[in-house]
Amino acid sequence: MEKDLRGYWKKNLQYLGVLLSIWFTVSYGFGILLAPWLNNFKMGGFKLGFWFAQQGSIYVFVALIFVYVYLMNRLDKQFGVSEEEG
Amino acid sequence: MDVQVWTYILVGITFAVYIGIAIWSRAGSTSEFYVAEGAVNPLTNGMATAADWMSAASFLSMAGLISFMGYDGAVYLMGWTGGYVLLALLLAPYLRKFGKFTVPDFIGDRYYSQIARTVAVICALFVSFTYVAGQMRGVGLVFSKFLEVDIFWGVIIGMAIVFMYAVLGGMKGITYTQVAQYCILIFAFMVPAFFISIQLTGNIIPQIGFGSTATDGSGMFLLDKLDQLHTELGFAEYTSGTKSMQDVFFITVALMVGTAGLPHVIVRFFTVPKVKDARVSVGYALIFIAILYTTAPAIAVFARTNLIETVSEQPYEEMPEWFKTWEETALLNWVDKNNDGIITYAPGAAILGTPDIQRTDGEIVRGTNGEAVLNNTQTLNTNELYVDRDIMVLANPEIARLPNWVAALVAAGGLAAALSTAAGLLLVISTSVSHDLIKKQIKKDISDKAELRYARIAAGLAVVVAGYFGINPPGFVAEVVAIAFGLAAASFFPAIVLGIFYKKMNREGAVAGMVSGLLFTLGYIVFFKILFPDYNTPEYWWFGISPEGIGTLGMLVNLVVSLAIGMIYPEPPEEVQEMVENIRYPR
Repeated sequence: MEKDLRGYWKKNLQYLGVLLSIWFTVSYGFGILLAPWLNNFKMGGFKLGFWFAQQGSIYVFVALIFVYVYLMNRLDKQFGVSEEEG
Repeated sequence: MDVQVWTYILVGITFAVYIGIAIWSRAGSTSEFYVAEGAVNPLTNGMATAADWMSAASFLSMAGLISFMGYDGAVYLMGWTGGYVLLALLLAPYLRKFGKFTVPDFIGDRYYSQIARTVAVICALFVSFTYVAGQMRGVGLVFSKFLEVDIFWGVIIGMAIVFMYAVLGGMKGITYTQVAQYCILIFAFMVPAFFISIQLTGNIIPQIGFGSTATDGSGMFLLDKLDQLHTELGFAEYTSGTKSMQDVFFITVALMVGTAGLPHVIVRFFTVPKVKDARVSVGYALIFIAILYTTAPAIAVFARTNLIETVSEQPYEEMPEWFKTWEETALLNWVDKNNDGIITYAPGAAILGTPDIQRTDGEIVRGTNGEAVLNNTQTLNTNELYVDRDIMVLANPEIARLPNWVAALVAAGGLAAALSTAAGLLLVISTSVSHDLIKKQIKKDISDKAELRYARIAAGLAVVVAGYFGINPPGFVAEVVAIAFGLAAASFFPAIVLGIFYKKMNREGAVAGMVSGLLFTLGYIVFFKILFPDYNTPEYWWFGISPEGIGTLGMLVNLVVSLAIGMIYPEPPEEVQEMVENIRYPR
């Protein structure tokens, strides 16, 4: 059976687009560009912009990688390119 | 028992472990030596990557730096973690599928060009050597501070240990040693953090503690209290920082992209069995790194608060013991400008240059309050205190009055951090020489056994060179780290990403891009950092970008040049395009 490799790659690029947009928004958006404004809000003792810059963005980075792993493993199986099954 | 005895015991035990692993994991083939046969468990690899990545600087200096930078410290926190997202999504799985040994391997094959390979080898060597010199220096410093051994002998002992496991075991030995080193360094980093977090906020988790209320009975949040202390003393608020927004932005990009382009980090993902493992392994690595990186800003806040509360507007005579110990090492000094016997801490440098203690016949000259007298010229501002940023992590256990074994643990942790990073870098250096230069360019018919021998010789030589620079550091060690990240960002990252995601990218474009990105970045950094340091101020920088952040522009230069030159020349040959097609799919 001919594999739909083009479809696989397109889907992969879509995932990358979405995940990297989140990556950018949280770190450069919330942590830097919008930080002065977000600092008007507080979460416990943290000013929000400061928290994103020194804590939140790092947690989001970890989460993004594991979401990517999950999505790609599923995609590999859907398109029959997974390393596990023949 | 005193700190020194504890340090000998803990450092002795950890070194015995490293040597044991070296003997157990000797490498028998180049595949074992370069990539541990590609058989490392992804979780193990994640832990090894974390130790590989977190250097003496991350362990010893970063929290201290952040405590003086406040919000601006975010450039390191985000910059040195966010690159792993790029690594997981854009590089690691594809390079794993490519399945060779080194980064220059990929560049050389993908761009079907020995010139491209050579440019990549030069970059890899340059980046790794600048980095490894700093690690050896770190080893020497820890030895001299805690064991009162000369820096020279400290570096020699460090070299001997790295030599054992890097030369014998190659990647295999390094991987398993790094796992042990990660456990030691993270334990050593967290224990004081837990203690101090409880003391200051009543919460054992530092990540939550520094956003909680202070235990001083005021009912204020710790960060609000610190902001208030800062404002009272005339500093900018801790939570807002002083760098311009565009500079913070550019430095963060340069560090992130540089991280993703560092060869010693990338090669770690050649060691796992499958593409799938490479992806998840980056995730594990970032979790292990994040434990330290989310704790560091908390330690920074604790240390800053403790420091200000202990010294500011207090009489010198009432300073605790640790103040006087560090004073004698010329890392924490006081000049009584207004002769009131009270320590005034304010913005600006207290003295010109670094402290130079006045001595007669080797004895420290004491002032009216018993302080060490300095030869330095005093500045005109009101600040009377000199604090070296590096002492914050080392002095933390003493400032918080923690037991002696905790301080010794910090010493063992610092050594683990420095040695693990040094080993990873030495491997890149030795592989670049034996594989990318000798096997791929000079003697193509060389046998596996002979190549392995060259790899060991190269590793041995690299240890010696690194040791030399550790003992005689070039005057601009701090500056060259900026160069290392800038170069990785401006050379490798765009070339690899284009190589994977843009099939039609040809060798002419890639080589022109790498060379121009490299020269641009190097030129800017050398101009401001080495040739004309007097002009290294925001008014002279392009678009307000400091030399630390210029790698970002270098990367853009590389991209634009690659694409423009690439258009003029013919497409890459059919088999190269097929190879690119092939690495995009796990099977």
